[in-house]
Amino acid sequence: MASPIDPSHSTPTNEPPVQVSDDAQGYYVPGEPLVDPRTPTGPIKDRWTTRKFENRLVNPANRRKLSIIIVGTGLAGGAAAATLGEAGYNVKSFCYQDSPRRAHSIAAQGGINAAKNYKEDGDSTHRLFYDTVKGGDYRSRESNVYRLAEVSANIIDQCVAQGVPFAREYGGLLDNRSFGGVQVSRTFYARGQTGQQLLIGAYQAMERQVAAGTVTEYTRHEMLELIVADGRARGIIARNMVTGEIETHLADVVVLASGGYGNVFYLSTNAMGSNVTATWRAHRKGAYFANPCYTQIHPTCIPVSGSHQSKLTLMSESLRNDGRIWVPKKKADCDKDPRQIPEQDRDYYLERIYPSFGNLVPRDIASRGAKNVCDEGRGVGPEVDGVRRGVYLDFADSIARLGEDAVREKYGNLFDMYKQITGENPYEVPMRIYPAVHYTMGGLWVDYDLQSSIPGLFVTGEANFSDHGANRLGASALMQGLADGYFVLPNTIREYLADGPFDALDESHPAVAEAKKSVEDRVQHFLSTNGTRSVDSYHRELGNIMWEYCGMERTEDGLKKAIDLIRGLREDFWRNVKVLGTADSLNQSLEKAGRVADFFELGELMCIDALNRRESCGGHFRAESQTEDGEALRHDDQFAYVAAWEFGGDGAQPVLHKEDLVYTAIEMKQRSYK
Amino acid sequence: MKVTLKIWRQPDAASPGAMHTYEVDKVSEDMSFLEMLDVLNEQLNAQGEDPVAFDSDCREGICGMCGLMINGQAHGPEVTTTCQLHMRSFKDGDEIVVEPWRSDAFPVLKDLVVDRGALDRIIQAGGFISVNTGSAPEAHSVPVPRDDAVRAFSAAACIGCGACVAACPNGSASLFLGAKITHLGELPQGQPERHSRVVDMVAQHDHEGFGGCTNIGECTAACPKEIPLDVISQLNRDLRTALVHGR
Amino acid sequence: MAVSGLLFIAFVLMHMYGNLKAFGGHDSYNTYAEHLRTFGEPILPREGLLWILRLGLIVALIAHVASALALWHRAGTARSTKYVAKKNLGSSFSSRTMRWGGITLLLFVVWHLLHFTIVKINPAGGATNDPYNLLVDSFQEWWMTILYLVAMAALGLHLHHGTWSSLQTLGWTSSAAARTRAKVAGWVVAIVIAGGFSLVPLFVLFGVID
Ligand SMILES: Cc1cc2nc3c(=O)[nH]c(=O)nc-3n(C[C@H](O)[C@H](O)[C@H](O)COP(=O)(O)OP(=O)(O)OC[C@H]3O[C@@H](n4cnc5c(N)ncnc54)[C@H](O)[C@@H]3O)c2cc1C
Ligand code: HEM
Ligand code: HEM
Ligand code: SF4
Ligand code: F3S
Ligand code: FES
Repeated sequence: MASPIDPSHSTPTNEPPVQVSDDAQGYYVPGEPLVDPRTPTGPIKDRWTTRKFENRLVNPANRRKLSIIIVGTGLAGGAAAATLGEAGYNVKSFCYQDSPRRAHSIAAQGGINAAKNYKEDGDSTHRLFYDTVKGGDYRSRESNVYRLAEVSANIIDQCVAQGVPFAREYGGLLDNRSFGGVQVSRTFYARGQTGQQLLIGAYQAMERQVAAGTVTEYTRHEMLELIVADGRARGIIARNMVTGEIETHLADVVVLASGGYGNVFYLSTNAMGSNVTATWRAHRKGAYFANPCYTQIHPTCIPVSGSHQSKLTLMSESLRNDGRIWVPKKKADCDKDPRQIPEQDRDYYLERIYPSFGNLVPRDIASRGAKNVCDEGRGVGPEVDGVRRGVYLDFADSIARLGEDAVREKYGNLFDMYKQITGENPYEVPMRIYPAVHYTMGGLWVDYDLQSSIPGLFVTGEANFSDHGANRLGASALMQGLADGYFVLPNTIREYLADGPFDALDESHPAVAEAKKSVEDRVQHFLSTNGTRSVDSYHRELGNIMWEYCGMERTEDGLKKAIDLIRGLREDFWRNVKVLGTADSLNQSLEKAGRVADFFELGELMCIDALNRRESCGGHFRAESQTEDGEALRHDDQFAYVAAWEFGGDGAQPVLHKEDLVYTAIEMKQRSYK
Repeated sequence: MKVTLKIWRQPDAASPGAMHTYEVDKVSEDMSFLEMLDVLNEQLNAQGEDPVAFDSDCREGICGMCGLMINGQAHGPEVTTTCQLHMRSFKDGDEIVVEPWRSDAFPVLKDLVVDRGALDRIIQAGGFISVNTGSAPEAHSVPVPRDDAVRAFSAAACIGCGACVAACPNGSASLFLGAKITHLGELPQGQPERHSRVVDMVAQHDHEGFGGCTNIGECTAACPKEIPLDVISQLNRDLRTALVHGR
Repeated sequence: MAVSGLLFIAFVLMHMYGNLKAFGGHDSYNTYAEHLRTFGEPILPREGLLWILRLGLIVALIAHVASALALWHRAGTARSTKYVAKKNLGSSFSSRTMRWGGITLLLFVVWHLLHFTIVKINPAGGATNDPYNLLVDSFQEWWMTILYLVAMAALGLHLHHGTWSSLQTLGWTSSAAARTRAKVAGWVVAIVIAGGFSLVPLFVLFGVID
């Protein structure tokens, strides 16, 4: 590990990047460089404290008069609604599920990081900061990450006080584990349901405010458009998913906490309803979309079993601690019972290529390794569309060494879940795993105060781009969601609200009328197209394109091909989609149609972003950028910037604004796992 | 395999509904139950018939959004959520009856989709610990005996799916209610509001129109998170203490 | 509900104990019946204690039936649309038959009171002023014995669930072990009471007691 640099240092340790390649030429328009206007200065450890002090306060008596719309009730949105409600603002909270408690944060299993140093193993704010920046492959903003590490400890205090039942030791104190290859134990967890327990904590805090009258909740409401009037975000258009009514909701400020867009890949570990619509609509209204191509691929998912598959299920990464990953050496063995394949015919490819890390190489390397062997035709499991996509994760050695009981003790629930889904018993036959899209690091561009490029539009949680760079360290998304929701946003939004309340907006304001009409037109279009193909079939096809060309490994040719394919498919979609039912009732096909329409546009931008970024970094391998022995090659000299895309208009090219990443408290290092 | 489905269809809350029969062919046993319904919906869509509406989101057994009455059992024949139920639990030629949760506190919105807002309102009545953001003490200042933490955790595993209500012959939400009472009541942080919480939550539960518990035990058998019946006992005990000692 | 139910349990336990005196023969039983009426004298008038008990029972009965009806009504409105298919998995037969079982018991008690206490019906046509004889005469009729046995079966079922249920309702079962104990108590109470009561009519019928 590098010797941590003096944190108060403020001269950059890196040179500004100068890009020499231009693969995306002809697909985009270069724009002005971007500088975060709210970027903090001074010693890194004081930046947040100073900012909290500098941001103006809102008189408690005035808060009631200030209204805040929050789209999303996950960790980021739920925590913010609770906190802002407690402060006395007038909050309206939206989610598309039937209850705020069902936001997809609930699915997180592993845990949440915090620099508490309860284990006295040398952890500190600075080390968490360092690990997170390094984990993100030096593509995140250092001030943001430092702040995240700084508030992490408060998160744990808050959650414990709310009654979150974290795992405890016999003495009654909180237990920690180490997660995702870091060398300190700083991950707090609640069995395999950390996300659920944290979310229920935030949800309960929010429900308390609903009872107190400060938060009004709108469930089964989907945001379909952002209202920007006189240069400020002033509200949203939402569809009541039960009655179909298109509703206008106005406020002084809008917060998007709508989660990630992994579902652009159709198959992902995200929930069925996870969408990009909220952020994409804002993007179309002027909010920059940053680093859209940054997606995280998780290596240990249960493989696809057939074309009917609707969703992928994650298995905890901890399985790699004891399982050995292999595929047959010979293609002919791929459909054999794995137990019949003798030792010498097995290829433990991770152990072979990365002898020192073996099966514990980082997520992206493990994922790419699996893809490579399957592409070679050595995958296992059922053939889906002619290819077997799966590798074995074998516990036979561990069971022989530790005994079945010990393995059950450690992984029993995961094994049961696997059996439930696949019908196979992993104590007897090796598990099969395959990588899947899991998290999106890209999102709406925000400044240090979490405000987007549209004044009055704030973005938190997975929906923004800010804290994870090109890759996310395990157990840090939960941390970010809660940091944003409980501690950051409430302190930064007041600077904006101190100028409010803004002039009341009339529903007849042209901006409102335009937004509402565009939503209605779109609904009408889908219902009247009466084509031949279902929404799902388009979504699945789009997902295949994205996974094939904009997934783990990307090439210039592949990305260009993908862009063409997406454009063709999208055109067909608008002409030929079939959506039945009516506008004024619960209509799930209609909901999906709107989401898929936006995924098409996002998918194209992701490919353009990936095309432009001719470097392998984080979870992304650009085939054109590799070392002699086939490892990822990052180009800090060219790409140490945030790619913030501005919507160029329908049919027009997007505009690329680059925000250079400046490191003063950390030095960039290439990684090596050989 | 091939299955015959008898499904409750109801266009909206105000209209009457009825059972309809559909056949789905080429069902693979690796499909989840909901994926089988996806196949049915593709089929219906192609025929120009409105697809069957049903709720689901995470499809991995944790969000609590899904929930169907399958052949008279909440979430079907396995101890799991509907989304985690797979077709290998059925046989070729089976007839499967699919209905929405039946409870007057959960009105049907369309087909198999119900409104479970009543559960949120029960939480609003007191299912929380009142601690404003930023006012929390250091996490280690209050140790929690491990057994208490484990019991609180087991109760907190409830996903709010409503299967307990659907299965209970009395239409009671006592298991859901008891789970929250036990989760918060087991922790030191939950003590100050312990009495008022149980009184207020029970009042809201009754107000929502859920039935009373007569300790029949269908709820726990249907619960995908295996919440044990002793949470209802805990609920009763806390209620008794609260009523005897005043709030 | 639970309190009245437990009171009933206490009552039937005592009552059963009393009935078993029939094994002691004519005098033992009648002395007991008489003792019941004179207990507490002279502080209480004759039948004083008995009336206190009776009053308690009447209040409990009203409370018990009233709460049973309220629960029944709530259950009805909580699910006005019934399932087309509904299976039962986690529940016992007795728990699902509490209401009809209760009604059976109510009818039985009415008949029982007419039979032994209020009207004193002797199916054999013999004397009715001697409790022991009335008892023996009655149960020498096979149909009377069967009627009582059916009622005792209903009682056993009601108590099997009722005992566990009242413990659960009072919150005395908040651990897995306590829950198991309460379930066992349900079986024990049901078998002891239903069995205990059944002994007298059976033994009378088969001529062991006469
Ligand atoms: C299977 C899985 C496991 C994970 N495990 C971990 C882990 O162990 N540790 C970790 O740190 N991170 C983990 N993550 C990542 C982490 O859970 C998420 O990044 C994080 O919870 C996102 O929180 P959020 O509040 O930003 O969004 P979400 O929780 O996704 O919430 C989105 C909200 O927005 C609402 N919404 C979305 N679109 C609209 C719309 N158009 N209109 C109205 N409402 C809308 C939704 O209803 C929902 O309420 C995991 C993720 C997955 C998928
Ligand atoms: C007179 C007619 C009766 C009716 C209509 C009746 C009905 C009911 C009903 C509906 C219940 C609710 C089920 C429950 O709470 O689990 C119940 C419970 C119970 N009954 Fe009865 N019952 C009657 C008589 C009796 C008698 C004679 C006894 C005892 C000897 C008795 C003992 C109990 C007990 C112990 C309970 C459990 C109480 C609880 O769960 O809180 N009941 N009865
Ligand atoms: C085989 C079973 C039973 C027998 C042989 C039996 C017998 C009798 C007799 C002989 C009496 C009159 C006692 C007297 O007046 O001194 C009596 C009274 C009574 N019995 Fe029973 N009994 C039986 C079961 C029950 C049961 C199950 C119940 C209640 C659920 C019950 C409730 C009563 C009541 C309420 C009275 C009236 C007590 C009074 O005088 O107030 N009996 N019984
Ligand atoms: S107690 Fe069980 S069945 Fe009831 S809502 Fe919770 S998880 Fe669902
Ligand atoms: S099934 Fe119903 S009666 Fe009580 S024990 Fe469960 S809530
Ligand atoms: S869809 Fe989330 S639990 Fe089934």
